[in-house]
Amino acid sequence: MAASPHTVSSRLLTGRVGGCVRYLERRAMQESPHTFVHLFRSVRKQWITFQHLTFLRRMYVTQLNRSLNQQVKRKPEPVASPFLEKTPLGQAKAEICEMRPLPPPRLPLSRKSGEKELLELESASIAEGSLDAGTETKDEKHWKEMKLHLDDLPGILARLSKIKLTALVVSTTSAGFALAPGPFDWSCFLLTSLGTGLASCAANSINQFFEVPFDSNMNRTKNRPLVRGQISPLVAVTFATCCAVPGIALLTWGVNPLTGALGAFNIFLYTCCYTPLKRISIANTWVGAVVGAVPPVMGWTAATGGLDAGAFLLGGILYSWQFPHFNALSWGLREDYSRGGYCMMSVTHPALCRRVALRHCLALIALSAAAPALQVTTWAFPVISLPINLYISYLGFRFYADADRKSSRKLFFCSLWHLPLLLLLLLTCKRPLGAGGAAGEPQG
Amino acid sequence: MAALRPSRRVLVPPLCRAFAGPGCQLAPERGAERRDAASGRVSGFCPPRKSCHDWIGPPDKHSNLRPVHFYIPENESPLERKLRQLRQETQEWNQQFWANQNLTFRKEKEEFIRSRLKARGLEPRAGSGQKATLDAEEMADFYKEFLSKNFLKHMCYNRDWYKRNFAITFCMGKVALERVWNKLRPKPKETAPRSPP
Repeated sequence: MAASPHTVSSRLLTGRVGGCVRYLERRAMQESPHTFVHLFRSVRKQWITFQHLTFLRRMYVTQLNRSLNQQVKRKPEPVASPFLEKTPLGQAKAEICEMRPLPPPRLPLSRKSGEKELLELESASIAEGSLDAGTETKDEKHWKEMKLHLDDLPGILARLSKIKLTALVVSTTSAGFALAPGPFDWSCFLLTSLGTGLASCAANSINQFFEVPFDSNMNRTKNRPLVRGQISPLVAVTFATCCAVPGIALLTWGVNPLTGALGAFNIFLYTCCYTPLKRISIANTWVGAVVGAVPPVMGWTAATGGLDAGAFLLGGILYSWQFPHFNALSWGLREDYSRGGYCMMSVTHPALCRRVALRHCLALIALSAAAPALQVTTWAFPVISLPINLYISYLGFRFYADADRKSSRKLFFCSLWHLPLLLLLLLTCKRPLGAGGAAGEPQG
Repeated sequence: MAALRPSRRVLVPPLCRAFAGPGCQLAPERGAERRDAASGRVSGFCPPRKSCHDWIGPPDKHSNLRPVHFYIPENESPLERKLRQLRQETQEWNQQFWANQNLTFRKEKEEFIRSRLKARGLEPRAGSGQKATLDAEEMADFYKEFLSKNFLKHMCYNRDWYKRNFAITFCMGKVALERVWNKLRPKPKETAPRSPP
């Protein structure tokens, strides 16, 4: 369940918004291999604590994992091109050393008493070997014990539930709630947000549970908790159940049964329809768009108790938005999709992909015009939103005509700010209570 | 203790084919590279003696999957053994599939690039030694063709993967319940039952 259920887009979005910090941290930690060797050599002279070494080891693993994974392309960053044919295919063979059987000296190490001595020897062996020789030693350092530490659990579960994406979903639900007519009930609002958030966590966890080997093969998703073995599939499923049951119960009994039913339906749609369909047919994109459209509808039904035209309008706006957003993004990931066996329009029906994106950009204009007609907003809304809707349509047209990386990226990045802004304008132009058919001034 | 750790060199192709559906085509093992890739890294990894957990390694260079070294406790129950074997088998099956898949992709991609460049009269390597490449729009034809060629293979894989994933998780649940039961069950020599984990 997602504002943009396609994991690809969500990951990129969160990378830009909140995950940017993490990305920068990682970049800051990435130093050249030789610097690392020097670091180890100097550190070795001091007394090494276990924590210090674990920290260094983790940095080392992060850095080395990147250089070893030559097969998988990096996700498209604003400046990096995913399509540059890397000579690394040839270089990788030189860089990646052959795996040799581990020499017996490992055994005497394990016999030594005292962890610190073991670690000193380990660090010594790292420092002594260069990156090219002794790869086996370094690889051994990358083996991690599959033991769950309780302090790590919150972070792991946050990543499992795609917490940032969940936050986006909850915000679209909140927008739906706020836009619905009637007095604003804070307790209902909070219960709706909490219930939707829990349902979204559950759906995202199950999605990751299903997709472990596929996630391993895509750069963007290879650091997920199940891929890294930080938790077992059983824990993931248990967590999902522990989120889904209270979440849906909260929505059903704390808000209203309709909202609960929509929440349950959306979890089912995302986990049992969208996720498997990704590998079977391009219809997954349309299903995914529905998944993204349901949360604002849930917000509306939570506030009003019923499904009416306004709910469908909001759902329609989110539905249409998914296409320029996802289709543009998927344009840059065709290689990964092809290799991983994902059926996406951008690979199988490229012309359709661009046509659909453009079509739905234009649909956003039409839906914005319908908003005042359906008594959701004032007539100021279509006027105020016209510039941004025209702009995204223009970029959609460029993508349709040019069909290249540049236009796809422009469309994608536009979609990232277009939606929040559109929702904001919707809220600003919300038809005030008792305004009737008269065109009111925008409240903002 | 070392003797108890199972050798990680495996791959029994017939075992994997037994799990594959009728329409499946696991890539034929052509050449040593495929055999090596399919069998996964030769791992001499030996966890510390004190450890009683599984260990997970770095991603394999061919399959991008992380190998797991399974811990075998001394008092392993039949259910635990079944779970371990299931996980081991699935790991090998996955390793073979993805290693073959990625290698095939890389090979076919290179062939495609070479043939397209040849058709244009260009050499694969330019004078400067840099590899000549095709742009994304030209590669799109290859991506589409590769995806449709491997569609049936992926269908079989998906079906089997879902089955195995459910089986493993269900077995994990049973093992967890068994362990809880063993801990809660009053032992004859103890005066008080142990508290649940």
